[in-house]
Amino acid sequence: MNAAQVVKQGWQKVFGAGTGSDRPMPGDASHGTILYVEDISVSFDGFRALNKLTLYIDVGELRCIIGPNGAGKTTMMDVITGKTRPDSGSAWFGTTTDLLTLSEPQIAEAGIGRKFQKPTVFEHHSVLQNLALAAAGNKRVWHTLFKPLTAAQRSRIDEVLVTVGLTEQRHMIAGILSHGQKQWLEIGMLLMQDPRLLLVDEPVAGMTPQEVERTAELLLSLAGKHSVVVVEHDMEFVRSIARTVTVLHEGSVLAEGSMDHVQSHPKVREVYLGEAVPGGSS
Amino acid sequence: MKATPKGPLLTLLAGERGTSVFLIIVAVVAVIVPVLHLIPAEGSALQLSSYTMTLIGKYMTYALLAVAVDLVWGYCGILSLGHAAFFALGGYAMGMYLMRQIGARGVYGDPVLPDFMVFLNYKELPWFWHGFDMFWFAMIMVALVPGILAYVFGWFAFRSRVTGVYLSIITQALTYALMLAFFRNDMGFGGNNGMTDFKDILGFAINAPATRVALFVASAAFLVLGYLACRYITLSRAGQVVQAVRDSESRTRFIGYRVENYKLWIFTFSAVLAGIAGALYVPQVGIINPSEFQPINSIEVVIWVAVGGRGMLYGAVAGAVIVNYAKTFFTAALPEYWLYALGLLFVVVTLFLPRGVVGLLDRFGRKPVKPPVKSAGVPA
Repeated sequence: MNAAQVVKQGWQKVFGAGTGSDRPMPGDASHGTILYVEDISVSFDGFRALNKLTLYIDVGELRCIIGPNGAGKTTMMDVITGKTRPDSGSAWFGTTTDLLTLSEPQIAEAGIGRKFQKPTVFEHHSVLQNLALAAAGNKRVWHTLFKPLTAAQRSRIDEVLVTVGLTEQRHMIAGILSHGQKQWLEIGMLLMQDPRLLLVDEPVAGMTPQEVERTAELLLSLAGKHSVVVVEHDMEFVRSIARTVTVLHEGSVLAEGSMDHVQSHPKVREVYLGEAVPGGSS
Repeated sequence: MKATPKGPLLTLLAGERGTSVFLIIVAVVAVIVPVLHLIPAEGSALQLSSYTMTLIGKYMTYALLAVAVDLVWGYCGILSLGHAAFFALGGYAMGMYLMRQIGARGVYGDPVLPDFMVFLNYKELPWFWHGFDMFWFAMIMVALVPGILAYVFGWFAFRSRVTGVYLSIITQALTYALMLAFFRNDMGFGGNNGMTDFKDILGFAINAPATRVALFVASAAFLVLGYLACRYITLSRAGQVVQAVRDSESRTRFIGYRVENYKLWIFTFSAVLAGIAGALYVPQVGIINPSEFQPINSIEVVIWVAVGGRGMLYGAVAGAVIVNYAKTFFTAALPEYWLYALGLLFVVVTLFLPRGVVGLLDRFGRKPVKPPVKSAGVPA
C-alpha cells in the first residue's frame, strides 16, 4: 500500500466514504484474497445445508467446486450473492465489503457476478443489445432515453464479444442462439458489469462436446483477470480446467487441492464412489 | 434494429418498411383528402363529403390512441385496460375549452356559464372551469390531466409491483370509476349529456370546411409526431430496457435497472398521447360524454392493437383503422352482429395470428434473410 492510499483510507475512516472516486473500492483485495467465507452455517427447517463452511478464493484464481447432490454448492452461491442469509458465520468480499450486510443488487454492483444454471438472456433482443443492456453505467430513464452508449462502453462490448466468441452473431436475436451460445452470452453479460468475482453454476450442463471444450477455453481465459468459481458435475470438464478443486460434502469442505490429490483422497472416494476405504469408518 | 442509433434522426426513425409505408400513406391522405373535400364543387361525384373526411380524421385519432396502447402493452408488457379514460380526459379538457367558446350564444344566453350549468342552477363557474377559456391553458390541461392521473396511478401500482392481470383489472376499475363520476350531474362536467353544440375553435366556426380540414390535418400531424416519438423511444436504450422489462422483469431489475421508474415513465407518456388523441377527437365528432369512459372502449383499443399486431407501432395503426372501418360498416349494415364479429375477430387473431394482420403480411412479404449490412463491429 502506498502513501497516497494510506492517507485516503485514513481520511475515509475519519470522514466516512465520500462520493464517486473517493469511495473505497468494493472488495479491496490487496491481501491477495478476494473472497473470505468463514464458518458459514445455514439450516432449512432443521436440515443443515451448510455446516461451518470455510472457503477462501484468491485473486485471479479459477476454482472448481464439486460435490454430490445436497452438498450445499448452490446454497453457498446463494449466501455469497445475498439470496440466502446464513444463520452464523461471516462472508467478506475482499477485506472491506461485508457481504452479509448487502442486498442482492448491491452485491452485484460491488463486483460479484453470478451465472445461473438456466440461461436467462433476453431472447427478443440481439446479442449486441443484450450486452448493451448489461453494460455498467448510468441506468436512469432520462440517461438511457437520450444518451447513446459511451465510446468506452462500446469498446467494452467489442472486447466481450471477442472474449465470448460471439462477434459474428452480434446482430442475431438471442432466442435463436444455440444453448451453448446463450450460456456464453450470459457470461458476456456478466463480464459487461466488470465483476471481480464470477460465480458460474453448471456452465456445461447440456452442452455438446465442442461447446464444452469452448467453454473450458473461455473460463480459462477469464481466470487471471477475474476470480472465477465454477460449480460443476462434469468431472472430465473439471479436470480439464481445474487448478484447485474443492469438494463439498454435507455442507462443509471435505477436501481441497489439485484434481489428482482430490481424486485419490480416501474420503472423497468414499463419498463419491461408495468405496469402502480400508480403515475407514464405514 | 441496432443497439446504438446512428445517423440523421429521420432516416433512423423511418428506416423500417412498415414505418415508411405508414408515413407515406398518412402524408398522401393528409393532402388528398382535404383537396378532394375543398376543390370539387359541392355535390359533384369527385367531392369527398365532410362526413367521410371527419370519419377518416376520427380513425387517425383512434390510431394515435392505439399507438399509445401499443407502447405500453406491446413494448412494456403493461396490459392497460383503461387507456380510453386518458383519451376521454383529454377530450373533456378540449370540450371544456369549446364550451367556454360558445359564450352567450348558448340556448340560455349566459355569457359565462355553459348551458348545462344554467339548467342545473349553477350560480357561478366551478373553480376547475377557470382558465379553460384560454386555448393554451386548455391544451396544457389536455396533456397534464391524463399525465398526472397516470403518474399517480402508476406510482402506486408499479411501486407495489402490481403486474399482469391484477394491473389490467385495476385499470378497468379506474375507467369505470371515472365513468360513474362523470355521469353525475354535480361533478360539473355536464352529467350524462356531456358537452356538445360546440360553436367555434380559436375563433373559426367549427363546422366550416376550412376548420374541418385544419382539424383533419392536425390529426394527421399529431399521429405522425406521436408515432415518431414512440418509435424514437423504442429504438433508444430506454426502449431496449422497457422491452427487457416486458420479457423478464426480475432479470432486468437484477442487472441494475429501476424497473418501476421505467414503467411509470412510459405509462405516463402513453397516457399523455392518449389525451392528445382525445382532444383531437372531440372537435371532429362534436361531442364528449361519459360513455367514452366505458370499460368496453378500453378493451376495444386493446383489440385494435392485437388485430393489427402488437409490438409493432404500424401494426397498432393498421389495427385501429381496420377494426374501426369494420365497425363503421357493420354497425350500419348489421348493427346487432357487430359485437359478435368483434369477439370472433379477437378470438381468430389470438389463436391464429399472434403477430396480427401486419405479422401475416410480413410472413408473405418476407425477403430471404440477409446478413446484416453493417459489419464493421459495433459502430464507433
